[in-house]
Amino acid sequence: MAKEIKLLGTWASPFSHRIELALKLKGLQFQYLEEDLSNKSQLLLQSNPVHKKIPVLIHNGNPISESLLIMEYIDETWQHQNPLLPKDPYGRAAARFWAKFIDEKVLWTAFKAYNDKGKEQEDAIEEFSQQLKFLEEELKGKEYFGGERFGFVDIASFFILQFLRVLQEVKEAELMTEEKYPVLFEWMEKLQGNEVVAGCLPPREKHVAYVRARRAAAEEAASKTKAA
Amino acid sequence: MAEEVILLDTWVSPFGMRARIALAEKGIKHEHREEDLGNKSDLLLKMNPIHKTIPVLIHNGKPVCESNNIVQYLDEVWPDKSPLLPSDPYLRGQARFWADFVDRKVFDAGRKVWATKGEEQKSLMEEFIGHLKTLEAELDGKLYFGGEKMGYVDVTMVPIYSWFHAYEVSGNFSFESHCPKLVAWAERCMQHDSVSKALPSPEKVYQYVLQLRKRLGIE
Repeated sequence: MAKEIKLLGTWASPFSHRIELALKLKGLQFQYLEEDLSNKSQLLLQSNPVHKKIPVLIHNGNPISESLLIMEYIDETWQHQNPLLPKDPYGRAAARFWAKFIDEKVLWTAFKAYNDKGKEQEDAIEEFSQQLKFLEEELKGKEYFGGERFGFVDIASFFILQFLRVLQEVKEAELMTEEKYPVLFEWMEKLQGNEVVAGCLPPREKHVAYVRARRAAAEEAASKTKAA
Repeated sequence: MAEEVILLDTWVSPFGMRARIALAEKGIKHEHREEDLGNKSDLLLKMNPIHKTIPVLIHNGKPVCESNNIVQYLDEVWPDKSPLLPSDPYLRGQARFWADFVDRKVFDAGRKVWATKGEEQKSLMEEFIGHLKTLEAELDGKLYFGGEKMGYVDVTMVPIYSWFHAYEVSGNFSFESHCPKLVAWAERCMQHDSVSKALPSPEKVYQYVLQLRKRLGIE
């Protein structure tokens, strides 16, 4: 049976990068379709009618959405190489826990820490720092979150943290530093040095310019709303 | 080796109810411990230092946190009795998608309703009902989200049914008039001991909500 795999994604999205890497690690051929989120394709709207978001994986015409769920699907469907999740249920539960922690806590706290103002920002900075400490502790003494080899949590967190470093550069902030989080930085460098992983990252300057432009647009829109 | 299973929980938590239902469905002997969230036990703080929330499943001394993680974990360790997730990877992906929808859309909107009043609350209630309708459409004539039997999505979603009465009294409406098939589905689930014993009485939940809103300074 012909295996047809399509990935609907965007070049700047860390969620999209996760899936690109997962597919490449499994040695899978796939067709990548770049979405314009200001003008979503019919295919995207049909494939993810509930959320209308990328990434979406379409395998033999069947769509799967939500990046962490797509990663689990890829891992369960193509078990032959580079397992992403451990086999034991406890390890799997732990991996799901950390990936969810990144998506539901770290990312949103980081946005507030970089973008908000006043007390809200102060509180978020404090919380973000605590979250990074938890990650640093979890990684200590291990090569990767996944142990000897990188896996689900590494893939989930690497692209998000890289994205946050881009945001950090745009905002000229110093919340994530090698000084404060040496273990995390060493791990990021290790992954950046891996050709397959690095191949899924967009060119740094292009990413910074893009995030800078989007932040400027968001801030302008917010000040217009205030003035109105 | 004897299995030691402990569930740290609170009676009114829909997240705790998920774990209770899964444990009961699979006939897993366990110790249930009620936490006082205003005075969290050392065990809870040790087992879930990051979120400090319930439910936490402790299996032979090792913690599993987050209700959907707990249900999946139970399904993987005890797969033979009452399997909750399908064996096909695509159908598993779909089940996980809808369980995620229940968490991020249904439960999230439902929770926010209690922290608001007036127009804001009305608009959140509409959002909540909208998500329920989306779920109802997904049910699409099946007996359960899991098909012929209850599955992962049913276990994830049905706990909120114990809160329906509280929503109806506060909002002065009936779910029956908006999503009758979903209500019928919930009542079908309640025919199972595992569900009816896990869910608290709707009246008790309503009294809890009134106290909660007083504490939040809303009523």
